[in-house]
Formats: sequence, C-alpha cells, structure tokens
Amino acid sequence: MSNIPTDLKYTKSHEWVRLDGDTVTVGITDHAQAELTDIVFVELPAIGRAVKAGEACAVVESVKTASDIYSPVSGEIVEQNKPVTDKPDLVNTEPYAGGWFFKIKLSNPAELNALLAPNDYEKQIGG
Amino acid sequence: MLKRTALFAAHQNLGGKLIDFGGWEMPVQYTGIVEEHLAVRKAAGVFDISHMGEVTVSGADAAGFLNRILTNDIRKLSPGLGQYTLMCNERGGAIDDLYAYQLSEGVYLLIINASRIGPDVAWLQARAAEFTGELRLTDASHNYSAVAVQGPRVKDFINAVVPGASVSARRVNAVTDLKKNEIGGFHFEHGSLLVSRTGYTGEDGFEIVGGDEAILRVWNKILEAGAPFGIKPCGLGARDTLRTEVCFPLYGHELDEETTPIEAALGRFVSLDKGDFTGGPALAAQNAAGVRKKLIALKMTGASAPPRPGYAIYCGNIKIGVVTSGTPSPSLGVGVGMGYVQPEFTMPGRNIEIEIRGRLTLAAVTPKPIYKKT
Repeated sequence: MSNIPTDLKYTKSHEWVRLDGDTVTVGITDHAQAELTDIVFVELPAIGRAVKAGEACAVVESVKTASDIYSPVSGEIVEQNKPVTDKPDLVNTEPYAGGWFFKIKLSNPAELNALLAPNDYEKQIGG
Repeated sequence: MLKRTALFAAHQNLGGKLIDFGGWEMPVQYTGIVEEHLAVRKAAGVFDISHMGEVTVSGADAAGFLNRILTNDIRKLSPGLGQYTLMCNERGGAIDDLYAYQLSEGVYLLIINASRIGPDVAWLQARAAEFTGELRLTDASHNYSAVAVQGPRVKDFINAVVPGASVSARRVNAVTDLKKNEIGGFHFEHGSLLVSRTGYTGEDGFEIVGGDEAILRVWNKILEAGAPFGIKPCGLGARDTLRTEVCFPLYGHELDEETTPIEAALGRFVSLDKGDFTGGPALAAQNAAGVRKKLIALKMTGASAPPRPGYAIYCGNIKIGVVTSGTPSPSLGVGVGMGYVQPEFTMPGRNIEIEIRGRLTLAAVTPKPIYKKT
C-alpha cells in the first residue's frame, strides 16, 4: 500500500507537487519509487531553465531502466535538490522529503487546477 | 496469452514482479535487483529458468551430426560433460548460443535460449533432414522445467536438496562432487533430475532440469535448505546484471544472426580445425582477414548515468560503435556494459565516450570479466 500524503497534488505520470506561495516543489510518488525500485542515478534540470507543463526535464535511472520525469507545471527552475544527485536512494527511502527533485516558480498558477487530488491519484494507481 | 512456468504460482506467492519476457510471464525481481544480485555474489540465489529450451539428439551418428552444426568440438565431451558452444548459419552468424551435454554414449542434451526455440528447432530439423546418419532429434522443451541455484554458499546446502549419488551421466557420490561443466542424473523423490555445475552469473552453482512437479519441489527445497545461508529468489533483472558484470553474452544483445562468434570474442568456442561445420569457412575467412567489429567490455570512468543498450560509443568525436548491454553494476557501484566497436579501439584502458542523452560521457575499455571474484 503506497503512501499518498493528503496535502499534495499529483500528476498521472506519478510526480507530486507541494505548493508554497508562488513556488512548487516536485518529486515522484511513493508508488513510483516502489515501481522503479533501486534508484541509482538522478539528473536534474539546470537552475534558470524554463519548463512547460508536461515537459520531460529530469531523469531517474533504476538498475533496469532510465525514466523521464515531467514538469507538472510551467515556470522557471529556481532550485535543485543537490543531495539527491549524490544519494539517489533518497528517492526510494524518503520520496516526499529528502528525495525531492526541483522547485519551480510558477508562470501560470491556473495549471495547478489540472493536477490530481490525492484521492484521484489513489484511484489511478488502483490503491 | 503469455506462457507461464510451473513455478508461476510460487513467484506470485513470493511477491515477484512479473513481466513479459519473450512471451513468458517471468519475475523480473522479488525484493529488488540490487539485493538479489548481491545475494548471489555473497551467499546464494535461485532463478526460474524453465523458459529455456531443451533438445535431445541421440543415435549412433549424433556426435557427427552435432559436430557439423555446432562451432565447438563435440569430441571434447565424454559422458557427463557439457560445453558452451554456438550454432551458426553459413555466414557464420549466430543462430543461438547454447550448452551441449553428453549424457551417455550417443545421447546429447542441448539447452537453448527461450527466445530461440523456434528458429533453433527449425534449423536443426532442416539439417537433420539432409543428414544421412542415424539420428533422433526431439524438442523436449515442453517436458522440462529448470532452476539455477547460484552463489558461493550453494555448495553448503545443495546436497540436502538433491541427496545421494548420481545414477546416470557423470557418476558421483554427491551433487557437490560434480566439477564445473559436469552433469549427473539423480533420483529425486519419485522422479529424476539432471544437475549440472554450470550457470550464468560468474559464481559457483548448479542448474537443475526436470519435470514440472520435481522442479517445483526442488525450488521449495532450495529456498528451505538455503534459508540459513541467506538465499534469495532472484529474477531476470539480477540475472542480467550478474551476467553483464562477468561479460556473458545474451542472445539478442551481443549475438544475432548477423554477428559471428569471432566478433563476439567467443573464438575459443569455435574449433576451426575440427573438420567441416556450418559457418566454418566463413569463420575461418574472418579469423584470417580480421573483423569489422569486436565486442568490448566497458566501464564508466566516474559517477555518471549508466550505459544502456543502443547508446552510441565515441572516441574523440568519431562514432566507433554501439552499446549492446549496459547497467549500473551492483558489485562495483559504477556503470558497466558491453558493446561493439571498430577493431582498432579494443585495447583495454583506452578512453572512450558513451553518448548519454546527447552528452558524451567518459568511459574506458576494460578487461573481461568486468567483475572478478577477489
């Protein structure tokens, strides 16, 4: 049974989004990390990069495969989680805390309305 | 509908994550590839390999037939001994790589890749139809299940799983008396098993072939008897990382019908002087004239994303080849793999680059095997 915190929003592609003012923090869900298993490498977007909602902008690699991470919203990358590139297993051990990926300054806050509520995400993954 | 092995329910009960592997519904992992991989390197692991194919070839002229079809010299075998070998087309391209065992005088067992059962059997039957000697050829793949039990601690519990002396092929007092590449037939409960000291991981271990019910019992007994030694059920994910670290080829990656054993650096399994065999003239010509591509092992130089099959290999800004297998190495903590490059770039130690998502990333040609037991 995977953990789906109720204070976050979600995407169909298994990212989570935490809103703080005009900035969001993005990571991947507990369900996603469990499916990917042992994460061995994380590649993050450069600070200052403009991203669009749905754009592939980071990569996680498990032993078996490389998977794209999609930006849930449009905006500018303002911070990346350096520790997760040094210790990729943080994504497995604490997906909603130390395993976050990057922060985006929103350019279109209305896009937040298109994200999934926790119970909708839970339905999607068959939880 | 995917095919299922006799161990399918066992995989489900163990929480195996099941995937489509060449038409078979097989576990890719149970608890995690890294954990399973390290269990095999340090203790023991057991794999379901029931999807692999078994072909029996027997008759007074079976050896003569096989020596015309396979690249290694079958005359090196004696009852109870097996050898790695390849089956090639006239161009020297690999139809399959396989193990050939001599079970007794005039009786051979071929263990072939699951994905190649169709092409292999069709090829063998066509060659058998042209052959004038006394020969019986049977695709027995449906009759057999199989497991591989691998790792340095396996020898400490395998005699409890399959007790007693062998009754056919290599005669030994206990399974652990089998030497590398030897195979013995053993009574097991109400049936029988073939046990060989072989594997696909670079570790000591055994492969066990038998009927569905016997193999299900063996699987359960292995997990029981191996528990005090830290055995883990292992999926195809760990099987792939283990074989990559020790540079064993995987058909469809390092081998295909357009690639020869010489190019795949498997020349020691090609007996050019044994007499006529299919692909022999092409392989001899290539051996003399040189190859256009050669298989190398490679290792990323620093902390980077791992190489993956299909990634381009560069030297300077020139593309020199392509990665065929690549993975993070659980034993070494660095990305490793194999790939084909132009023959002038095969010297171990040479710096190369792997194109990973558009960026050339530093790697080096490395001696085989990439992982060596210390």
